[in-house]
Amino acid sequence: MLNVLGLSRFQFAMTTVFHFFYVPLSIGLALCVAIMETLYVVKRKEIYKKMAKFWGKIFLLSFAVGVVTGIIQEFQFGMNWSNYSRFMGDIFGAPLAIEALLAFFMESTFIGVWMFTWNRFKPAVHAIFIWLTFLGSSVSAIWILAANSFMQHPTGFEINKATGRVRMTNFWDVLGNPQLWRAFPHVFFGAVVTGSMVLVGMSAWGLLRAHKQEQNGTAQVEPTVEADGSEHISKRVFYTRSIRLNAVIALIGAILVIIAGDLQTTFIIDDQPMKFAATEGIYEDTKDPAPWAVVSLINEKDKTAKSIEIPDMLSLLAYHSPSGSVKGMNTANEELHQQYDAKFGKDMNYYVPVTVLFWSFRFMAAVGFGVLLLSILVLWFTRKSKDTLWSSDWKLWILGLCTYLPFVGNTGGWLITELGRYPWLVYGLQTIADGVSPTATVPSLLFTNIVYFLLFLFLGGVMIFYSRRVLHQGPDYQGEGLGLQMQTGRNERRVALA
Amino acid sequence: MSILQGLWFFVIGLLFAGFLLLEGFDFGVGMATRFVARDGDERATFMRAIGPHWDGNEVWLITAGGAMFAAFPLWYASLFSGYYILLFLVLVSLILRGVSFEFASHALTVRERGFWQWANFIGSLFAPFFLGMMLTSMIQGIPLDINGDARPGFFGVVNWLSVVGGVAVVFFSFVHGLHFLSLKLGPVASRRMLNISEKLYWIAYPALVVFVLLAFFRTDFYRVRPISTWLITVIILAATICAHVAVTKKRGGFAFASSGITLMAIIAFIFNGLFPRVMIGTDPASSIMIEDAAASPYTMKIMTVVLCIFLPIMLAYFIWSYFIQRKRLVADDSDLAAVSRSTATAAVSK
Ligand code: HDD
Ligand code: HEM
Ligand code: HEM
Repeated sequence: MLNVLGLSRFQFAMTTVFHFFYVPLSIGLALCVAIMETLYVVKRKEIYKKMAKFWGKIFLLSFAVGVVTGIIQEFQFGMNWSNYSRFMGDIFGAPLAIEALLAFFMESTFIGVWMFTWNRFKPAVHAIFIWLTFLGSSVSAIWILAANSFMQHPTGFEINKATGRVRMTNFWDVLGNPQLWRAFPHVFFGAVVTGSMVLVGMSAWGLLRAHKQEQNGTAQVEPTVEADGSEHISKRVFYTRSIRLNAVIALIGAILVIIAGDLQTTFIIDDQPMKFAATEGIYEDTKDPAPWAVVSLINEKDKTAKSIEIPDMLSLLAYHSPSGSVKGMNTANEELHQQYDAKFGKDMNYYVPVTVLFWSFRFMAAVGFGVLLLSILVLWFTRKSKDTLWSSDWKLWILGLCTYLPFVGNTGGWLITELGRYPWLVYGLQTIADGVSPTATVPSLLFTNIVYFLLFLFLGGVMIFYSRRVLHQGPDYQGEGLGLQMQTGRNERRVALA
Repeated sequence: MSILQGLWFFVIGLLFAGFLLLEGFDFGVGMATRFVARDGDERATFMRAIGPHWDGNEVWLITAGGAMFAAFPLWYASLFSGYYILLFLVLVSLILRGVSFEFASHALTVRERGFWQWANFIGSLFAPFFLGMMLTSMIQGIPLDINGDARPGFFGVVNWLSVVGGVAVVFFSFVHGLHFLSLKLGPVASRRMLNISEKLYWIAYPALVVFVLLAFFRTDFYRVRPISTWLITVIILAATICAHVAVTKKRGGFAFASSGITLMAIIAFIFNGLFPRVMIGTDPASSIMIEDAAASPYTMKIMTVVLCIFLPIMLAYFIWSYFIQRKRLVADDSDLAAVSRSTATAAVSK
């Protein structure tokens, strides 16, 4: 581990995984908040505005951390992977630059406008700003995934004979990469699931608190209307409506993420058979029809796996038919040697980290189906005729803990994608070891790894701490804290003139 | 070197210049929170002044980096890996500053808010310092190997010119930030900003002389392209004098424009001297030239098309976002601190 390659890999994994906690959260929350604000515009009910503003605070927190960790991502290709940057610059640079020009400017500009102009534009106009922010974030995902998909499945390029580097020959092929158009929907709906599920979970915490407050008589129960026409709704109503709305979004997101995941699965069976076999823990070719391992004890050294299996299931999952065998890692390994030995030599190890992939896949898929189930249950428990969620602390506790579920799913997914690419950095073209910066040294990498680690721990902690604080303050809290006085350009002036 | 390669060299220079012009005042405002603001409430008001804009401004740097990666991958690779620790420090500074805006708005006690205001100050001070160091270190010639890997070594990074260069970027960002604040605050506070800037400008002259002397001896700019280099030197000086006169006459807008030109001219100075190289080797033969560092003509063409279509659109909404938020934060302050204090108490007491 403590060599330049190991430390560089650790650093990349750590920084991207941390970035990708916030990326799907920001994209998903932007969508949820945009839907809430649009509902306000359409239905003119104060509660939706309140929702948009309240959950918008969580969105802004997530966005802030997403942005600062994104800058690391952009710089570290040059800093830690300079040989990779030289090799791939022709392909990778273009999407990244276009992403900045098209997407980052859009989201950063409109989020600035959105957060500071609540009282200055008509609601319908103001809602456009959050939609544009959301659009910017989603477009940014397309471009960065275009670069990432090239690394999984290179298209639209040739190798420049003189320099040995990749050269783009067809931009549309790079953009039309089949891997991209499977990865993007999957990542996108994963983000939708993340944002909405986090709000479901947080609403559950909110309900739990409100329930306690009502029991000890400190909470407002009946809605009231103030002199200026603004209505106060009880926390129970606020959180129940929030949880229902977000459960609907989560339900739709979960169905679509599963469909998109299925598309990815069927694609990698042929494209990266080693990766697929590893996610299923299969060393030898399976019999036909293939059984599916629910759990498996994998011994990577002896290349064996002991599993509890469901017969025929894998054929169904992989081919959507009751028959068909699946290639094992040993066969895939031989094929890779045949294909690449001439170029990369006989000593390459093509086995990927099987245990991690196997369990990552199971966790990810479990999250997908888990969210599906949870969102249906939430909708059922909170039905109009009989709300059984409110008074049931244990249900709320479970839902609250599920706030963290989607992050497990996302991280698992990326571990599959990126570790399953081993030993390649760019599939079939460049190995990980060849991409690292020749100038990197162990002391400097050790130093930066430690600092990043502590910094992330701190930022993550503060993020959770402030999210909880927002939740405790509740939707009726009017203060802006002592800091920036968010949307109060108006107020300041009013105070100044008073 | 092809036309497109020259164009993209220029575009990257422009992006860096835009970055310093815009993020320069954000950094300056951040520095002012400690050097100028009298209390935490004033600091909060200062940060509020750039709250809607700092992220958009920072994207200029991100775009510059992305454009470098796309158009000149070999430049991006050797510069970014060569200045590893310096860039790492820039990143940490930018992170501390970046989160401070949002986190400060959640603070409930004066101490807690003070913590994030310190983070903002430290980030705003060190990010331009380290960036300035990198830019002025790389123009002095650094050891490059055949692969293009740069190993500047400790004294390649930390030397007289780079320290003075870093300080210069910090200094001009600071006065630029004061000028920006003078446009965003009420008349009394605005005068205060300009008064401070007026005094500070006396430091600028000796600093500039030192900078030019060091650049004269430690870079080959005045020998390789004497005319344009001298021309830009004169522009930097003229813009500095203009800004000084403007602050003396309390013309905030004019001062802001002039200090912006100074910052952009510093980038022009560097890029003009670099051309047609992107990395200067201690051994001239090892320098990386534009045409060697460039991406393929095809990629360049795609990028150019994208730039031509989307840059105008982006500029349109970017400028619009400034336009709709152009109003001063406090219209009529006899005492800024009192104003922000009452805002804060109003916020808390609610
Ligand atoms: C699927 C989407 C996705 C993926 C795979 C990545 N990002 Fe990201 N990134 C976003 C989606 C995103 C976003 C949603 O657009 C963010 C997150 C929160 C935010 O503020 O914008 C963002 C922010 C963000 C920023 C700051 C933008 C700003 O200041 O507004 C930069 C420079 C990057 N990213 C760069 C990268 C790089 C170089 C990546 C490759 C490893 C990467 N991101 C992975
Ligand atoms: C365009 C987007 C991305 C590119 C170009 C990219 C590229 C890379 C590179 C260069 C490495 C280091 C080499 C290696 O160790 O395999 C890596 C590893 C890794 N990346 Fe990505 N990545 C991208 C997005 C992501 C995202 C968004 C995540 C999500 C969290 C992620 C997760 C990982 C992980 C976990 C590793 C560690 C693999 C290891 O230790 O070997 N990647 N990726
Ligand atoms: C039953 C449901 C799911 C299936 C069958 C599935 C399938 C897959 C597969 C096969 C991959 C690897 C793709 C590759 O390497 O090219 C993947 C990646 C990924 N998954 Fe899932 N997934 C499911 C649910 C989820 C859920 C619920 C989330 C998040 C909340 C998620 C997030 C991700 C992410 C972020 C990636 C990496 C990005 C990529 O390469 O597309 N997945 N998924």
